Amino acid sequence: MTYLTLSITLIFVLIPLFLSKTLHLQLEKDTIIATVRSIIQLLAVGYVLKFVFEAESFFFIFLMVALMIAVATDNARKKGKTIKGITWKIAITLVVIEILTQSILLGFGVVPATAQYIISISGMVIGNAMVLAILFLNRFTAEVEARREETELILSLGGTPKQAVRQPLIDAIKTSMIPTIESQKTIGLVQLPGMMSGQIIAGADPVQAVQFQLMIVFLLLTNAAMSSVLLGFLSYPTLFNERMQLIKRKR
Amino acid sequence: MNDSATAAIHFQEVDYAIFDVTILKKITGSFPKGKITTLVGPSGAGKTTLLKLCNGLISPTAGDIFINEEPISSYDPIQLRRRVGIALQSAPMIQGTVFQNLALPLELQNKKLTEKEALHKLADVGLAQPILHQKVDDLSGGQRQKVSIARTLMNRADILLLDEITSALDPTSVHEIEQLIIDLNCKYETTIIWITHNLQQARTIGHYTWIMADGEVIETGEIDILTSSTNKRVQRFVQGNLA
Repeated sequence: MTYLTLSITLIFVLIPLFLSKTLHLQLEKDTIIATVRSIIQLLAVGYVLKFVFEAESFFFIFLMVALMIAVATDNARKKGKTIKGITWKIAITLVVIEILTQSILLGFGVVPATAQYIISISGMVIGNAMVLAILFLNRFTAEVEARREETELILSLGGTPKQAVRQPLIDAIKTSMIPTIESQKTIGLVQLPGMMSGQIIAGADPVQAVQFQLMIVFLLLTNAAMSSVLLGFLSYPTLFNERMQLIKRKR
Repeated sequence: MNDSATAAIHFQEVDYAIFDVTILKKITGSFPKGKITTLVGPSGAGKTTLLKLCNGLISPTAGDIFINEEPISSYDPIQLRRRVGIALQSAPMIQGTVFQNLALPLELQNKKLTEKEALHKLADVGLAQPILHQKVDDLSGGQRQKVSIARTLMNRADILLLDEITSALDPTSVHEIEQLIIDLNCKYETTIIWITHNLQQARTIGHYTWIMADGEVIETGEIDILTSSTNKRVQRFVQGNLA
């Protein structure tokens, strides 16, 4: 694709702008900002990736992955402000998931240890874990607040913090995992996943593309389970003080 | 009342505040061991907060609380809460059946409750067998309060903290629960602290009373102070004129 042909696709930006103007949706400014940002960010990433791929240096790969984790952590932590030390808890979760994923994939020789594979897969893993962490934190903090009486009841009867928070924790973990499991039930039937579509458009063998996509699907299942479970078990102790009392936070 | 040596619970200059709002101010006094002490006072006086302090659900911001002459901070929180049971007015429940709620205190200690034991406890609070496997969401306010009392009794606590546990009950049930608590007190010498808005109930069941208002204890003593006190605020409260 040339830049000229790419510019033709801006028609897809003009349509929502036209609709927004006509229907007084007042989304013109946001649409333009989103378009400009996506052009700049993706082009910048494209050139950075080109440089990293050509350099074939593990230092640059490490730097790229670290940057992804830092940005994902910063994005997700805003949803868990009521949890003490949430930034580190998210960062640890993302690092553990990344290490686990890459160890299995590279360790068993599923994919070659090149920048193309490591960075692309890391992007999917970290991005997905970030969304799951946000879903989990949203649900967990809401569940704990909504079930405060129940949590205090269990404490008052001589339960441990872990016993007291068990149900909200399980519910939050389940809620954050369900979208991943549900979307995988209809994968290929309703939506063709982005990576697979990308490979097919780029001329890859569709069966080969499906194999890679299946690998990602399996990987995202682990991702979904690990990110919410890890984050949950790292987070819940900070809701209580050393006297096993549920800490009340000012809203 | 102020002799901490015979006290099950003793408060010494206890303050409690949260988010810069003072709930309890300089609370000093004792709850005698093996006796029933009623806690009366207008809404917002800090009575429920005081009970939560005794159960260790919250801690004082200043002052000390002693349980059986030992500082409350020296107790393991889990052991403390099993020895000092609390039943709240709101009667919170875990999702599930009456049986699951009754079994909860034992399950928290990895023990099992038999159906026979559960039925026995239900009978103690005046509830019958058919309710045992009913969902708690289907219970009336009064039934919930009774299940909550039965559940609190499961831990066989030395000290029982009861927060308006009969407020949603009919007169017959109120009498049954009062008798149950009096029996527990007589048979096992369980120390009872009972919050009530019903002054007649306070006079009937209590040996001692604490009268609270605006986060302070305005008078403590034997139960007849409710009628004989010369304290103007107590008199106004008894006459229903203390907001």
